[in-house]
Amino acid sequence: MKNALFALALAVSQNLWAETPSHFLDTYSAEAAKSQPGFSANAARGKAFASRNWGVSEKLPSCTACHTDNPRNPGRHAVTGKTIEALSPSVSTARFSDPAKVEKWFKRNCKEVVGRACSPAEKADFIQFVIGAR
Amino acid sequence: MKHLLISLAALAAAPAWAGDHGLPANTPAAYKTECGSCHAAFPPALLAASDWRRTMAGLDKHFGTDASVDARTHAALLAFLERQAGRRAASPGTAEPRFTTGAWFVREHREVPPRVWKDPKVMGPTNCAACHKGADQGRYGERELSVPGMAYREHD
Ligand code: HEC
Ligand code: HEC
Ligand code: HEC
Repeated sequence: MKNALFALALAVSQNLWAETPSHFLDTYSAEAAKSQPGFSANAARGKAFASRNWGVSEKLPSCTACHTDNPRNPGRHAVTGKTIEALSPSVSTARFSDPAKVEKWFKRNCKEVVGRACSPAEKADFIQFVIGAR
Repeated sequence: MKHLLISLAALAAAPAWAGDHGLPANTPAAYKTECGSCHAAFPPALLAASDWRRTMAGLDKHFGTDASVDARTHAALLAFLERQAGRRAASPGTAEPRFTTGAWFVREHREVPPRVWKDPKVMGPTNCAACHKGADQGRYGERELSVPGMAYREHD
């Protein structure tokens, strides 16, 4: 009995921790809708955002500088050369499952490439683009 | 029986100490996730404890990027790095500690010609995995070496 309860608790807590990509899409979209009523995430806008040259960092002009144009392809760190697993969750299943990790990398990469934090709308568009890539 | 188990455990731990200067067997998972995403999770023995303290003190401005971690992770990583640090200090003259410009690293890599370091597949010495195929698992032994543009063979 105790074991069963323990297993149950474990299963529940794992569920609480592992999120799905659409959870992030919904959360950021809802946040964006607060300032832009009727906001709906858009993959084409996300693609343009990802490949835009922001002119902030010479070595890291765009998100695609490390993640490539296609979210299903593995990327490459533009400074160190290290291989980066594809962002597409249908290729790399662990993508967009851990809230702390997703927020950490948005914070880091947006500051570096865009020169500021990304807005909830930009994050929602980006995720729509990434999960929609075929 | 107990002795057998102990020697089995020692055997299992041995590869990490097999003299390839790789990641120790007790490397915390957070070291690989936090310090192994932009580059390989570098073997702690390649810098001295005082260097690692400097590296860890400046993570928010780490080689032009923000590599900061939360306070608990920071304490755990620093303790691990101090415990496993080597005696080789970073090369002097760099603002942030580097081992790739240090005498030991340069000597170990003396057979790598300049054109190979500049090869687009390599991009520079920090891309360990370009040549050390086991780098993501912390292994740097000669058996897993494959250098782009260079017919590298183990010497006898
Ligand atoms: C300097 C190279 C680089 C650039 C430029 C870059 N990224 Fe990243 N990004 C990374 C690395 C490295 C990771 C972590 C890789 C890993 O977990 O294997 C990452 C991870 C992420 C993740 C985490 C996904 C997950 O759940 O695992 C997101 C989201 C992300 N990047 C978005 C962006 C956006 C948006 C931009 C542009 C504003 C961008 N990145 C630009 C290197 C980069
Ligand atoms: C967001 C990306 C990123 C993360 C995360 C990161 N680093 Fe780095 N690190 C870099 C870059 C970029 C360089 C410079 C690489 C170059 O010059 O080729 C670097 C270089 C280094 C060097 C010097 C290597 C040499 O040339 O001798 C050390 C040591 C180092 N990092 C340790 C760490 C540790 C420890 C952590 C985890 C707490 C960490 N890094 C996390 C991006 C990162
Ligand atoms: C361009 C290819 C290349 C790159 C990149 C590279 N190495 Fe090496 N490495 C070599 C070669 C070649 C040797 C020499 C092997 C020998 O002759 O014993 C070597 C030797 C070593 C050794 C000694 C192994 C032993 O058996 O004692 C270590 C440790 C090592 N490298 C670590 C690293 C680390 C850490 C990085 C990244 C920061 C790195 N290397 C990047 C090619 C490379």
